[in-house]
Amino acid sequence: MFDPAARAVEAALAAGAEYADARFVESREEQIQAQNGRVESVDRGESLGVGVRALIGSSWGFFATPDLSDSALDAAGRRAVDIARASAVAPGPAMPLADVPVVEAEYETPHEEPPFEVSLSEKVDLLTGITTTMAGVEGIRIATAAFGAWDTHKWFVSSQGHRIHQHIVETGGGFDATAVGEAETQRRSYPQSFGQYETGGFEVIRRWDFPAHAERIAEEAATLLSAEHCPEGEMTLILEGSQLALQIHESVGHAIELDRILGWEAAFAGTSHLELPKLGSHKYGSELMNITADATLPGALGTFGFDDEGTPSQRVPIVDEGRWVGVLSGRDSASIADLPPGGMVRADGYNRLPMVRMTNVGLLPGSSSLDEMIAETERGVLMSTNRSWSIDDKRLNFQFGCEIGWLIENGKLGKMVKNPTYTGITPRFWAQLDMLAGEDEWVHWGTPNCGKGQPMQVAHTGHSASPGRFAEVRVGVRG
Amino acid sequence: MNEAQVIADRLIEIVGDRAEAEATVTTGREALTRFANSFIHQNVGEDAVAIRLRVAVDGRVAALTGNRVDDEALRRLVDDALEAASLQPVDPEWPGLTPPTPVNSSDRSDPATAAASPEDRAEVVRQFIVAGPEYLAAGYCDTSDQQIGFANSLGQRAAGRNTRASIDGIHQTGESAGSAHQTSRSIGDLDGAATGGQATSRARQGMGAYDIKPGHYEVVLSPECVATIVVFLTFYGFNGKAVEDGQSFVDLGAEQFDPKITVVDDPLSEDALWVPFDAEGTPRVGLDLIRHGITSGVTHDRRTAAKAGVESTGHAHEASAAFGPMAANLRLEAGGIEFEDMISTVERGLYVTTFNYCRVLDPKSMVVTGLSRNGTFMIENGKITGAVTNLRFTQSFISGIGPGNVMTVGNNVRYADSEFGAGFVRAPSLQLASWNFTGGAEG
Repeated sequence: MFDPAARAVEAALAAGAEYADARFVESREEQIQAQNGRVESVDRGESLGVGVRALIGSSWGFFATPDLSDSALDAAGRRAVDIARASAVAPGPAMPLADVPVVEAEYETPHEEPPFEVSLSEKVDLLTGITTTMAGVEGIRIATAAFGAWDTHKWFVSSQGHRIHQHIVETGGGFDATAVGEAETQRRSYPQSFGQYETGGFEVIRRWDFPAHAERIAEEAATLLSAEHCPEGEMTLILEGSQLALQIHESVGHAIELDRILGWEAAFAGTSHLELPKLGSHKYGSELMNITADATLPGALGTFGFDDEGTPSQRVPIVDEGRWVGVLSGRDSASIADLPPGGMVRADGYNRLPMVRMTNVGLLPGSSSLDEMIAETERGVLMSTNRSWSIDDKRLNFQFGCEIGWLIENGKLGKMVKNPTYTGITPRFWAQLDMLAGEDEWVHWGTPNCGKGQPMQVAHTGHSASPGRFAEVRVGVRG
Repeated sequence: MNEAQVIADRLIEIVGDRAEAEATVTTGREALTRFANSFIHQNVGEDAVAIRLRVAVDGRVAALTGNRVDDEALRRLVDDALEAASLQPVDPEWPGLTPPTPVNSSDRSDPATAAASPEDRAEVVRQFIVAGPEYLAAGYCDTSDQQIGFANSLGQRAAGRNTRASIDGIHQTGESAGSAHQTSRSIGDLDGAATGGQATSRARQGMGAYDIKPGHYEVVLSPECVATIVVFLTFYGFNGKAVEDGQSFVDLGAEQFDPKITVVDDPLSEDALWVPFDAEGTPRVGLDLIRHGITSGVTHDRRTAAKAGVESTGHAHEASAAFGPMAANLRLEAGGIEFEDMISTVERGLYVTTFNYCRVLDPKSMVVTGLSRNGTFMIENGKITGAVTNLRFTQSFISGIGPGNVMTVGNNVRYADSEFGAGFVRAPSLQLASWNFTGGAEG
């Protein structure tokens, strides 16, 4: 099965590539959505093809084809070179590549129940059952549930001798209930916004036990309509784990992408507030802040054996007791920055150029607990489950909204509040982290919809987090 | 007959009388040349094939996608689709297929764009870059050539071809950035030097930016900002599924917007870029969404139309079952004022060139938060007097262009979208009496 990729690489080398690699990718996907007790859509997809990447001078040239004939693969290799060569019209400094081990290897995601072998009727019954339960709660207008799974085989070949086959299995889903009022909607989701996705099989779905939570989630959504607005002002903020995971993704994960720091994403995704000369000394947050990019975490969504350049997966320290110490990188960006390559380059399918993507960028657990944080808070708000997220192009100025909040007064959880939002500046906010829950509440949250690049690519990333407390945060911003 | 139509026809032939079926096939070449730090660093292309087959067996519906076109693969796709459908519960809301309906001819392709080479795109990029040799340029130039074929088992058939080309980029001074964008059916229309020049000019003007206090300001919004407003209102509001679900703000016939605002979906206009039929083979026709401030229309696919008791407006897409039907040929109609004259009437306000990272806090009230980017400028006594640092806003997009808040509408309508993909929205500048900025650069 390495043959299609090998042929494209050979063609690229023959056409003059300094370096070439190719991925032959065969992928299957299933997406099921139900609403108010009926199936809304069942979409299954299959694709296969070869993407070949050629380096000449300062630019990558890349071409992809679904045609596996010898002539098409030869043409793809040549076109990748032609495209790279055309970049010389607007040239830059030569793109170096950091050395990585040249390996022949196999990797497979640990999984118990292959998601495509579970019957469609079992999945459909689960989703329609949950939405029927939620829709039966008074005040709920829309109840939706979703299941998604991906099964991907990748055969990677490089001109340096890599031969790597990987089989990646990802599964997840979730549900939400929406109550509609006169001039507003209120929504609650489980396990988190957009669902929870992990590497693994259908056991992921069973573990999260959707039916046990459907009625509670629906009741919370209905109750939110008559809840008071989140108060406005500065106060103690406690974030539930999945919201803290989103906070990590947006204000740390993207900021530490080396391609952004080097300016390669400046026009679209943006750059970063981080500057390489300050690597190792920049204070990112409080001493409770320990962040790693760990592509080896069993079960997490950003876990794999090798990235799409053939670099082995790694655990890389990113923030150590509040100090910025690491980045997300690939062979080219790491070489330019004179750093070791991090193995964090992935592509969204055979037809996209691999680029720096988050793996599992997570916050290591602390020693407290959610209960303890609440008990030690005089006045504050607990917010749960992301509803909106906005951050500037340097990943500094953010405003996030959650689905639900609860006031905290004198160490006790009080009444529910709606439309909770908070806003801040990244390093100032993380410096205010003063309590962090422990390993018992630490979850490998998965983000299945991280957009980046042109053409747009969607990556699956992981963010381990437990609940955390932040002092004196501006909350309750409203339009 | 194009290649895509041949494949779509073949799929329907394989299905035969075993099911109701519809097939949409897209073939073509996509290519994008990306630059940063004033040189090309990522340069990509692909021969793209996308096949979508939806079948209904006695009201049991499933959709499959694939990208293999050999007969064996097509047969397997059909068999898999039929099997998936057979395992489904009956969909009581299955609206059936589009009956045979005439569809306007739709060759909207430009031969030079279809044949564009990497060198052609690189030359547009080079022109953009050299417009500001003292600055750092970043962005992309892309070309797209798509052939689309549709067929269903009732005999509806449609085919079309379209091309698109865009240049989109920024120039950065080290302390500021300025952006510019151009989209057309033809790569020959792209003027890398002019767009680069505009970005350079904005970047230069943006130097020396200072902080201002958040609050309500009169604003002049660029076409890019206006396009973002139109996209959000369309996705969350003028969407038959959102209306059906009760999540839309739409109140048909009500004066929800300023009388100066008219928004149409115009798939048959001269400069529309996409084929004039949707993913269900329904012909696209013009649709008023807002006419002189009055909410006038909602997009429908066959499912939402049947539930609403109306005809499909031809806005189905492959994900409309989940996200609802969407308009893709949007235009906010021009007013009569030159941009410079618009600025000259502002006593004290802000000129915002780009919105960034907008997200909805609530779809019904359409309160949205986002930031300004790539140039925000202070206007005093009718003149741009300097740059200010980026601001965060938290503002209802409905009241933003609501009754009484729109002061003038510019005459500079053009393709202006970029954050959500190119070629979907044409918009002019708008002058608005008030916009709610809730945070500055320092929070």
